[in-house]
Amino acid sequence: MFDFGKWTSAFNELLLGSGMAEWLAVLIECVIIAVLILAVYTVLALFYILYERKLCAWFQCRLGPMRVGKWGLLQVFADMFKILIKELICLKGTDRFLFKLAPYLVITSSVVMLACLPWGNGLQIIDWNIGIFFILAVSSVGVLGILLAGWSSNNKYTLIGAMRSGAQMISYEISLGLALMTIVVMAGTMDISQLVAQQEDAWFIFKGHIPAIIAFIIYVIAATAETNRGPFDLPEAEHELTAGYHTEYSGIHFGFFYLAEYLNLFIVSGIATMMFLGGWMPLHVPGWDGFNAVMNWIPSPVWFLAKAFFISFIIIWFKWTFPRVRIDQMLAFEWKYLMPFSLANLLLMTVFVAFGWHF
Amino acid sequence: MSDLKDKILKIYPAATFEEGDTLQVNVVEKDWLGVAAKLKNDLGFDVLTALVGMDWKESVGVMYYLTATGRDWEVITVKVVAEDRDNAYIHSVTSLWKVANFQEREVYDMFGIKFIGHPDMRRFFLRNDWVGHPLRKDYDTNPELNPIRLEDEQNEDDTRSYSLDDKGNVVETPGKVFEENEYVVNIGPQHPSTHGVMRFRASLDGEVVKKVDVVSGYIHRGIEKLSEGLTYPQILHFTDRMDYMSAHQNRHCLCMCIEKALGIEVPRRAQVIRTMMDELMRISSHLLSFGCTAMDLGATTAFFYGFREREMVLDIFEKTCGARMSMNYNVIGGVIADLHADFQKDVKELIRIMPERLKEYHTVFSGNIIAKNRLVGVGHLSKEDAINYDITGPSGRGSNWSCDCRKKHPYAVYNEVQFDEVLMDGCDSYSRYMVRMKEIEQSCRILEQLVDNIPEGDIRAQVPKIIKLPAGHWYQQVEASRGTFGVYIESTGEKNPFRVHFQSPCFNLVGVMDLTCSGYMIADLITIGAALDFVIPDIDR
Repeated sequence: MFDFGKWTSAFNELLLGSGMAEWLAVLIECVIIAVLILAVYTVLALFYILYERKLCAWFQCRLGPMRVGKWGLLQVFADMFKILIKELICLKGTDRFLFKLAPYLVITSSVVMLACLPWGNGLQIIDWNIGIFFILAVSSVGVLGILLAGWSSNNKYTLIGAMRSGAQMISYEISLGLALMTIVVMAGTMDISQLVAQQEDAWFIFKGHIPAIIAFIIYVIAATAETNRGPFDLPEAEHELTAGYHTEYSGIHFGFFYLAEYLNLFIVSGIATMMFLGGWMPLHVPGWDGFNAVMNWIPSPVWFLAKAFFISFIIIWFKWTFPRVRIDQMLAFEWKYLMPFSLANLLLMTVFVAFGWHF
Repeated sequence: MSDLKDKILKIYPAATFEEGDTLQVNVVEKDWLGVAAKLKNDLGFDVLTALVGMDWKESVGVMYYLTATGRDWEVITVKVVAEDRDNAYIHSVTSLWKVANFQEREVYDMFGIKFIGHPDMRRFFLRNDWVGHPLRKDYDTNPELNPIRLEDEQNEDDTRSYSLDDKGNVVETPGKVFEENEYVVNIGPQHPSTHGVMRFRASLDGEVVKKVDVVSGYIHRGIEKLSEGLTYPQILHFTDRMDYMSAHQNRHCLCMCIEKALGIEVPRRAQVIRTMMDELMRISSHLLSFGCTAMDLGATTAFFYGFREREMVLDIFEKTCGARMSMNYNVIGGVIADLHADFQKDVKELIRIMPERLKEYHTVFSGNIIAKNRLVGVGHLSKEDAINYDITGPSGRGSNWSCDCRKKHPYAVYNEVQFDEVLMDGCDSYSRYMVRMKEIEQSCRILEQLVDNIPEGDIRAQVPKIIKLPAGHWYQQVEASRGTFGVYIESTGEKNPFRVHFQSPCFNLVGVMDLTCSGYMIADLITIGAALDFVIPDIDR
């Protein structure tokens, strides 16, 4: 498996070897990393918009965008430039400071989460011993942005959308966290690079079998709710609340919500990949050395992205198949079924670990 | 009929009668409320089918069409004339037939007749600062009186009710639509789920709807007023533009009403073609309704599946009628053009695929647990309420009320074909939805029986070049896609009508929005609206 860490350390040594002070070298590296993250963020968002539009079209017996570029590949660029040149409108009666702050809160939280993902062998940006905990903490900041957006717009629809969103995200975070904790119990660490390294012989979903598969299903459901996607897209239920919390936003401020929504889809898929499907780790079967060697030929970022796109595909499939649930049904589902179930599952995993029934 | 006359004379000895297409009873205004109560309670006239405001130049008044469901759907007309033209008032019958609530508001709006005892006597279609009452014959059409107003309507929460004091003077009591501190959310007129420019003001308690106020008239085109200045063939095209999903049935109704007045015998070929077109229209409408219900519940994909099949129906229309919407196909005496050569082949193909596609819809949408949870038990409307509010069509039949006009007053060739009236007793949105799905099957069944039995012959009867109806008035009903559609024509013998009234089913459907939505959540308001399936241009005629 090629270690991208060689490239990064070679670059670090190159900077230090040219007689540069260490703080300056670190600063330059940080700037480069930041630019890279933002570039990846944009490219991924554009990819996801096209990905969802095409998938949705195929589910619906349509072709999707076809006019701009071959197979409509340039459509997203056209959309992006359109949204960039639109006027930013701030209506009378809005709380101007909070109104403008909200989209940045949402997008910041998703950019930070993006940096936590295991992109490939040696391509880990934020890596410390409370990695999972950090991701969960940062993801909660996004709710704040949505609540502020709904409140500061001074509109009844946005307020209802924001209230729904707050209730939904806070509720489903519990199941999401418990599902992740189930895996943490098995792995015995919250450190992202170690989590991935432990899956070298087999992915956690195979190692932890029954409780891990249950945790995976719970995670995918909770993640769908956490990203405000159908059938849990109540905060922006367009048929009830026109566009929910971002009704009053225009131009790139709206675009930030839009991008963050797509990137959150990628991020929750990435976390699922990391926790259940081995992160960037190729598919290894103990004992099959030839097979493992072939799998190692595929570069690690390709593995990571492919797995994440697959999970995103499932979540997109949900959205274009199921009707939307109602707010009381959604909360009842979480508090009455999903959360007790994930607690029981956590207990089950603890028993498995205690008796060593996992692989 | 004479038997009925005796019964009416027994409860109201002062009654005078006139013969027409239905028995007409003339009632003096001051006796009206008492007579109405007896007609409803003693003689079983439990449905107020139509309420037509009239201006006979020397006086104004109302024509009531009452139906007795218990006695073979017998219909009578009651004519009530207001005593004083300039300060006209008639007693309200909202306490007896709830459907009169919005109907009386419309008559007040258009004729200025105040209804004594009506709880909420606001205008229904026009702004509250409108000058004059447009359907009165002495209405001043000067545009300076009613310019295009650019400022918002003031005091839209103000309402009033009228009562009579001891001396017989009309007394106004002001009221409010909503309380001071209610959280009122405005849904519409521009909103993705109101299926057109309809506006609801919903008062909320958290997410729970407490009261819904319907504000209508955003696309009112004054069709009834326009009709008074046009000849009969010129009026026909308006019907395609009311409920555009029932274009064939509506136009069929108007043609039948005129044919009845003229005594024209429509050729059998035209009758069969009309019946088939009506049923194709019903399939197309129910498919759209399926799609929109799915879409409003968030299942966007199912919407496209419904539209995929609807496209086939529209293709059939396009080949024969030359248009996919506003077909303008029925004319007085028959239909305008003969069937396209592919018609039978296309209809057979549609009948062949539909059963399989209906199963697919059930798999994709209504069989889904989420969809069921959203639809079952939502928007309860009891059978009694459905009758009282005159909710006909699939929505009424979802409350187990047998109200199919094709069975009750058969027309065209409906009495020759076999089909079942679909009834469900859930009284909720799911029943209304399922009735529609099953009606598609029944429509296919009717088409199947007719498609190989279209007789040869003329497609329209000989009609005079200039159509003049004799003096009198006629009322005709058909089963449109959303319920019973009625046309009232009053003629003085001229080549244009004296008064035309369209009794649209959707008008009654919005009337139950407040009743069915109260106590449910805001998301249910959308579901209920989708399952009732009203079309706004049918309300705002």
